[in-house]
Amino acid sequence: MAIGLGHYLTVAAILFTLGVFGILVNRKNVIIMLMSVELILLAVNLNFVAFSSFLQDLSGQIFALLILTVAAAEAAIGLAILVAFFRNRGSIAVEDINAMKG
Amino acid sequence: MNPIAAPTGDELLTILPELLLAGGALVLLLIGVFAKNSARAVMMLSMLLVAAAIVVLFLVPVDSGPAFYGAVVLDPFARFMKIATLVASLFALILSSGSRRKEVSERFEYPILIMLATLGMMVMISSHDIIALYVGLELQSLALYVLAAINRDSVRSTEAGIKYFVLGALASGMLLYGGSLVYGFTGQTSYEGIAAAMIGHDLEVGLIFGIVFILVGLAFKVSAVPFHMWTPDVYQGSPTPVTAFFAAAPKLAAMALLVRVVSEPFGAAVDQWQQVLVFLAIASMVLGAFAAIGQNNIKRLMAYSAIGHVGYALVGLSAGTEEGVRSVIVYLVVYLAMTLGSFACILSMRRADGPVENISDLAGLSRTNPMMAFFFAALMFSLAGIPPLAGFFAKFYVFSAAVQAELYALAVIGVVASVVGAYYYLRIVKIMYFDEPAAAFEPMGGQLRGVLVLSGAFTLAFILFAGPLNELASTAAGTFF
Repeated sequence: MAIGLGHYLTVAAILFTLGVFGILVNRKNVIIMLMSVELILLAVNLNFVAFSSFLQDLSGQIFALLILTVAAAEAAIGLAILVAFFRNRGSIAVEDINAMKG
Repeated sequence: MNPIAAPTGDELLTILPELLLAGGALVLLLIGVFAKNSARAVMMLSMLLVAAAIVVLFLVPVDSGPAFYGAVVLDPFARFMKIATLVASLFALILSSGSRRKEVSERFEYPILIMLATLGMMVMISSHDIIALYVGLELQSLALYVLAAINRDSVRSTEAGIKYFVLGALASGMLLYGGSLVYGFTGQTSYEGIAAAMIGHDLEVGLIFGIVFILVGLAFKVSAVPFHMWTPDVYQGSPTPVTAFFAAAPKLAAMALLVRVVSEPFGAAVDQWQQVLVFLAIASMVLGAFAAIGQNNIKRLMAYSAIGHVGYALVGLSAGTEEGVRSVIVYLVVYLAMTLGSFACILSMRRADGPVENISDLAGLSRTNPMMAFFFAALMFSLAGIPPLAGFFAKFYVFSAAVQAELYALAVIGVVASVVGAYYYLRIVKIMYFDEPAAAFEPMGGQLRGVLVLSGAFTLAFILFAGPLNELASTAAGTFF
């Protein structure tokens, strides 16, 4: 069986869904949320590269490279904010992110 | 394969304001790092640079066509919204310099982050390609995440940063997933290409999914219900000068981007996005009106107020007409003036032992500080949409655009929601004028007073500005029609 565009899109859709649920359903740890964000971005990258190859068009791959770069910056900033929060709160459990409600 | 051509002079002129801000931010970063105690100077210089960018925008020629292989464009709409965004950033900087919060006035990173966020917003507004859209949006968002957490010794500020980061990153992911589907089903990333690929046949399901995902991502950024969860916490947790900035410039830029995205690449899919926007508008107006009623914290109240006002602006956009876009532009400008004035008041809520944020702290303000109470009351009346203040006209334009587009239910729900919403604005006026006075605030700083008087004057005398503002907005809206 040849692996076609549909297979790539399916894998990407599954990864994307896993990432979204990892953020919305996860009640334990913020690090897992950061990992889920990366999962979403990788799913998107897979989509772009698959489409780019299918369409014989380079701009999808250029976009994927830019997403990789931005994802790195995003992870750095996310971890930095997380460290600052940990210093104040002494915990990174999702249930401890509760200073404000309403 | 085309060889890559060097940018032409026209192209460089198109992005001259962006170049100014980008270069300026880097130079200021060096100054901040190497010169000791330069926070004050960096703040002043960044204000000068933002002001210079506004002047440059007035001077550069508009409509020289898309530049840099179609990545960015400077059309009348982009110019108008960029000037409005820059003005919002400039006033946010002025408000910050007038505040006595240490984390804002003693850290040179603060104005630089605001400049970088503004740079991202300008790229968003000018974007003519999904790639440029994404890069601009991320530049803005990454700077904003850090700004929310800038008071790194406070649990609330860092918590606001985390919440904003996680939900903002999720929103960017959704937007990107939508972008990848749109790219896949049209084979294009440029707005022109996407629009051309959509004409003349039924839209594929995948493409519609892509459009919806992009709208969801943008709805997060403008904090439309049901993607508003981060807004109250981020508004409350961030230091107040940062909240003042969040409430003004990023809202403007994200709405401008939304207008551009639905009008340019997805102009042919109006039936698809109209349903989504009508839903977002109704949900935002209703939640903004009801959820704010029980709030005691003034910053949280302003967050729900912002959610409601985004709903009203979306009413105009849902109309999908030139009239609608014009009303959105006017609405955003009026909202900008009212927000900045309100935050000038909120920033002045300060006693000897530090800033206070509860609505009850405003009690009897009319006797302890009549000037501030008068302007704050005027702004509240205007936010509630009471004639003849600016807020009334802004709402009138968006509702009449909706009625002309035969969205009667939407307009009726909007009017009802704004009546309900008037309750909590008027409650603040009642507390200021009829309750027993609480302890007086410290005197207002000169910058805060200046911003308050300017925005109050604009709100009170809006009738004088309505004509020219509408004319400018029509020129801007004409870009898409």
